[in-house]
Amino acid sequence: MSAHHNHQDQDVLIEKLGYDDHFHEHHEGDKYQMNFLTKYIFSMDHKIIARQFLFTGIFWAIIGSAMSIIFRLQLGFPDASIAWLKPLLGKWITINDAGMGSLEPEFYYALVTMHGTIIVFFVLTAGLSGTFSNLLIPLQLGARDMASPFLNMLSYWFFFLSSVVMFYSLFLSTGPFSGGWTGYPPLSALPQASIGSGAGMTLWLVSLALFVVSVLLGGMNYITTVLNLRTKGMSLWRMPLTIWAFLVTAILGLLSFPVLFSGFLLLIFDRSMGTSFYLSDIFVNGMALDRIGGSPILYQHIFWFLGHPEVYIIILPAMGIVSEVLSVHARKPIFGYRAMVYSILAIAFLSFIVWAHHMFMAGVNPFISNFFVIFTLIIAVPSAVKVFNWISTLYGGNLRMNTPMLFCIGFVSMFISGGLTGIFLGNSAIDIQQHDTYFVVAHFHIVMGVAAFFGMFAGVYNWFPKMFGRFMNDTLGKIHFWCTMISAYAVFGPMHFLGMAGVPRRYYRFDNFEAFSGFDVMNQFITIAAIFGFMAQLVFVVNFFWSMYKGRKVTEQNPWGSNSLEWTTPIDAGHGNWPGKIPTVQRWAYDYGKDGIEYTQQHVPLREGEEHSSH
Amino acid sequence: MPVVQIFDKELAPSKIQALKFGLWIGMASIVMLFGAFTSAYLVRKPVGNWYEFKLPIQFFYSTLIIIGSSVLLEKAFKSFRSHDLKNYQLFMFISFFAGIAFLATQVIAFKAMISQGLFIDLNVSVSFLYVLAGMHALHVIGGIIVMIISLTTALAVRPLINEMNILKLDLLRQYWHFVGALWIYLLIFLILQ
Ligand code: HEM
Ligand SMILES: [Cu+2]
Repeated sequence: MSAHHNHQDQDVLIEKLGYDDHFHEHHEGDKYQMNFLTKYIFSMDHKIIARQFLFTGIFWAIIGSAMSIIFRLQLGFPDASIAWLKPLLGKWITINDAGMGSLEPEFYYALVTMHGTIIVFFVLTAGLSGTFSNLLIPLQLGARDMASPFLNMLSYWFFFLSSVVMFYSLFLSTGPFSGGWTGYPPLSALPQASIGSGAGMTLWLVSLALFVVSVLLGGMNYITTVLNLRTKGMSLWRMPLTIWAFLVTAILGLLSFPVLFSGFLLLIFDRSMGTSFYLSDIFVNGMALDRIGGSPILYQHIFWFLGHPEVYIIILPAMGIVSEVLSVHARKPIFGYRAMVYSILAIAFLSFIVWAHHMFMAGVNPFISNFFVIFTLIIAVPSAVKVFNWISTLYGGNLRMNTPMLFCIGFVSMFISGGLTGIFLGNSAIDIQQHDTYFVVAHFHIVMGVAAFFGMFAGVYNWFPKMFGRFMNDTLGKIHFWCTMISAYAVFGPMHFLGMAGVPRRYYRFDNFEAFSGFDVMNQFITIAAIFGFMAQLVFVVNFFWSMYKGRKVTEQNPWGSNSLEWTTPIDAGHGNWPGKIPTVQRWAYDYGKDGIEYTQQHVPLREGEEHSSH
Repeated sequence: MPVVQIFDKELAPSKIQALKFGLWIGMASIVMLFGAFTSAYLVRKPVGNWYEFKLPIQFFYSTLIIIGSSVLLEKAFKSFRSHDLKNYQLFMFISFFAGIAFLATQVIAFKAMISQGLFIDLNVSVSFLYVLAGMHALHVIGGIIVMIISLTTALAVRPLINEMNILKLDLLRQYWHFVGALWIYLLIFLILQ
């Protein structure tokens, strides 16, 4: 039973008002889906590519967070034996005569580094933006596919290759790179600097170079598609906020990742050609190197010129998803649609001129720092506008407290908590105390890590029916939400105190420091909360895969009563997304509760006497 | 293989627009790449320990060559559009060889530098030159590969003059002018520094 027989009324509208692009007559698009290989593996269909990004992202999320559990065990229980992890970690666990197994310090650093790299790039960039840009851009804009399905496919496979290289580096006998996710020289520039700086770092660079290619190919496609392939009537100001967010994210990526690439290239030269872009006055084992004149600060400038936009590349898609899902499940139009768009644009613009707030303590001229302090603090303004609008959207809404909605509310909560600490850090004078402490770790995990994961979860729970034709289990979803919410605050809340007491990040153990030895219990508490939070994610994983095959089936085309165009496609949309004509757009995406009507989809023409909602 | 999906003039500003647009975005990211290199140069230079040396004279010859190549490609494009296949083939051919000659001149320039002892790891000022010219050459090679493709079609089969082929040539031409302009920018930058 195909969906469009169930929902004659909608199909009639598309039939009557839709636009006939003769897509299925050409069969140009259909023919590349002929066998299993081209349909599911080397697919050029954006919906399949979205799933490929999602699965790969989930894979990495499991690995990345498992790593954090291992190093948290070290921090919480430095004297407990982890000999039981020997089968997994092999030589990275040393067992002493008493049978006590402990983590090699070198590998501790490798774990911290890989955790950051994996979560930032592979999960929250590729897994989040890759999944939802691919799924939603064509569907919500009324396009048959991306502008270039071929480049889109390449974008995934470059990500895949990049993943393979990084994964391989985990198994090197010298271990993966261990100099921190930011890859600062000299640890990253001198192969002899630490054991992870050799082959591990080489593979890290290769992997991330491939990753940059993937981001650029994807981004080129997203931008071109949004600006050129919108269906009739879909003016920019009628686009759902998801699309605005993906568009601006892609622009940020295209402008900042090439810069990262150039920084990496200079690093590669320093590593292999004997140049000294980043190196000067280095002593290894008491011997001075003859590499002089370079500047490690130069790398920091280049890295953070990408690095700061990158954190918005991570959070903007989550913001877009939250704006959309929140509005749908509050049954209210998003509050301040235009303000939302302008604040996305303002954040994006500002994100390019604040990078040095990561370098206040790196010896940057304090007068120049002032410039960066001002712009950093100004970012709080558009951020606050967004928070205000989300809360106002909730206010007086007819809230459906389902899992996607809970994750949206959780997102807003996290974004507020983490944003506030950003304001402390943004003042260069306060940052003298806080820099490189657990305060920073708390800040960015809450505002970026947890918040972006929440946006991603909201998206997965909300669009799972579109992706797999089934619902995820809502009870398990709620359990997942509450356990995650509680453990996230339990893990990162106490870290603020650690940070204010000056406890530095990235240390292997603290009990041998007089000043920090009073925090044993707090560190144990954090570790236990982290393990609890990790377990909660297993609930999600089980729910996800179970629901793919056994979840409640979707029986109606538009199960959430949502306005955007993806819900006008058949439940199991084939290639080209719409079986006949493509819908044309008659109104903006947020007519919820207008004139007493619960929702009006975007392809429904104005009723008699109805006027366009002003927005 | 459909590299670009079918879409309608009425619906989108047309496929032409989308392809050109994609190219411009690509060029924007290349601008960022070189912007980063030259900013790094500016940040690094005042730190000191900067070896001053003269740019190899070959860089000025290669500049003339790449400008010539651009002019010829422009002519080839105009000829193609006005159905003048003979001139199109001729200009395409010379323009292509000018492209190769540009690369050759760059190689000679670096040979000359090496013979003066200006190795890549001598000083960061020299390293920068290798990186800038080298990365630029890679982008030229990208253009040359596309040129080889269009040259084989131009010479071997009788090229079909239709909208799509004009567009392809137009894209090549825009990209080629872009890498030419990029080189001029780099040269002026290096001279001013
Ligand atoms: C109100 C807005 C914000 C302000 C004023 C702010 C300010 C800062 C400052 C000054 C630092 C550097 C602290 C240090 O290293 O000493 C920092 C670190 C960081 N922030 Fe924010 N931030 C804000 C929002 C965000 C958002 C929205 C994200 C991500 C979505 C984010 C992600 C990060 C990350 C990842 C780091 C640390 C990177 C590292 O050193 O490993 N911040 N923030
Ligand atoms: Cu930042």
